[in-house]
Amino acid sequence: MYNEKVLDHYENPRNVGSLDKNDVNVGTGMVGAPACGDVMKLQILVNDHGVITDAKFKTFGCGSAIASSSLVTEWIKGRTIDEALAIKNSAVAEELALPPVKIHCSVLAEDAIKSAVQNYRSKQQQSVSKES
Amino acid sequence: MKLPVYMDYQATTPMDPRVLQQMLPWFVEKFGNPASRSHAYGWEAEQAVDQARQQIATLIGADPREIVLTSGATESDNLAITGAARFYRNKGDHIITLATEHKAVLDSCRHLETDEGFRVTWLPVQENGLVDLQRLADAITDQTILVSIMAANNETGVLQPLAQIGNLCRSRGVLFHCDAAQAVGKIPINVDLIHCDLLSISAHKVYGPKGVGALYVRRKPRVRLKPILHGGGHERGMRSGTLATPLVVGFGAACALAQQEMVTEQERVLMLRERLRHSIMSQITHVYVNGDLEQRLAGNLNLSFAYVEGESMMMAIKDVAVSSGSACTSASLEPSYVLRAMGVNEEMAHTSIRFGLGRFTTVEEVDFVSTTVVKAVSKLRELSPLWEMVQEGIDVSSIQWDAH
Repeated sequence: MYNEKVLDHYENPRNVGSLDKNDVNVGTGMVGAPACGDVMKLQILVNDHGVITDAKFKTFGCGSAIASSSLVTEWIKGRTIDEALAIKNSAVAEELALPPVKIHCSVLAEDAIKSAVQNYRSKQQQSVSKES
Repeated sequence: MKLPVYMDYQATTPMDPRVLQQMLPWFVEKFGNPASRSHAYGWEAEQAVDQARQQIATLIGADPREIVLTSGATESDNLAITGAARFYRNKGDHIITLATEHKAVLDSCRHLETDEGFRVTWLPVQENGLVDLQRLADAITDQTILVSIMAANNETGVLQPLAQIGNLCRSRGVLFHCDAAQAVGKIPINVDLIHCDLLSISAHKVYGPKGVGALYVRRKPRVRLKPILHGGGHERGMRSGTLATPLVVGFGAACALAQQEMVTEQERVLMLRERLRHSIMSQITHVYVNGDLEQRLAGNLNLSFAYVEGESMMMAIKDVAVSSGSACTSASLEPSYVLRAMGVNEEMAHTSIRFGLGRFTTVEEVDFVSTTVVKAVSKLRELSPLWEMVQEGIDVSSIQWDAH
């Protein structure tokens, strides 16, 4: 029923956990809804050069949702924010060979990246405005 | 112990080997058509079918002449509902059913509503899954011709108060059809005690073969149906088509075994289910039983594991064959309509798992399943952002989520 890569990420999820959400260099994205059966939390730690040095996730959802979030944490680590934002859901879906009914899991993963970056940027702006 | 452990007895039951033994001669050696009246091949097949019909009838306290053999409970439901509605059209155009019925009942009613101009009342159920008898009584009008309510729910195992429903229907002059596919052979059912006019049975839910079932059709007072299959006039004109002798023989044998073993078997199955329930619920928190625990099939345990999505749960317990009310397991995007009708919120419906136990379930299997489940839930909760929020004291339901 499942692709091997999905099973691998599901059984050995990469980068499970949480970063300090109060850290100004951490961006937290939370997307989805419990009523829809999936919620993804993605966190990124960004250094002064705009490079994502660490990423963590937690996901409530089906195997494909867990695998999609696990995969994107691998992909975004070591990338710049802009590179991370360029990741499209179609690439996730392709890598994990998701069937049509599971495409929304990859969409959610893309949204989670965007949401985490947005959160990071708004925190940065706030801290800049506080300093000035 | 064979893996995966089979705990999906409401989906189907494994056939009892004793049933198979009785079926075998009727495939090759004794192949006659039970409708052949002119020779011994036909006679012996007819005799075998008659015996099976008697065994089926005995299990539900009926007369063998009241048993119409079909291809299964889905056909029986279709025949009962559309057949009765069409025959009694001149008496009224209103049908009442429950929101938690099997799809075979719901879709038969839906068809009559959209294509044939009948009116259908889809009665809600209470939180425990049981029908509200007062609401049922209030829903019956002088146009009502049929009430269709199941004996035991396929997802939750919840048992409806059949005798009270039957009494009510009889006193109001309304036919009562009961889909008893999950209940026959598991709880005592007597068509006269529950006052039903039509009752659907399936062989493969009682350790018999797939592809055969029956519809009980009351003779006194006589209930009439318009057939949905036309042809040679078999089954007293209500269901044409050559009978599948080996399947019918197996169906009869399965009913006879159920008759003999039901009481002791159900005691044992209940003990196993309670062992499973206590074991799981004593080791992990935030686990909820869906549906009434008392008015319930012994072999059903439907649990919601909060903050753990059902499909990922099934992946984590891949050595256990169960099913889930999560939307991810079905083609539709909606989680279980049965749980939703009981007022279980969507989030909790997504976390539901149905454990079905039965004749061949062992203590060893139950203990293996509970260990596997506890491990899986602990692992998946570590992965769950919702569980993390709960640990931090955040009320997950207070958050504005973006539905997608």
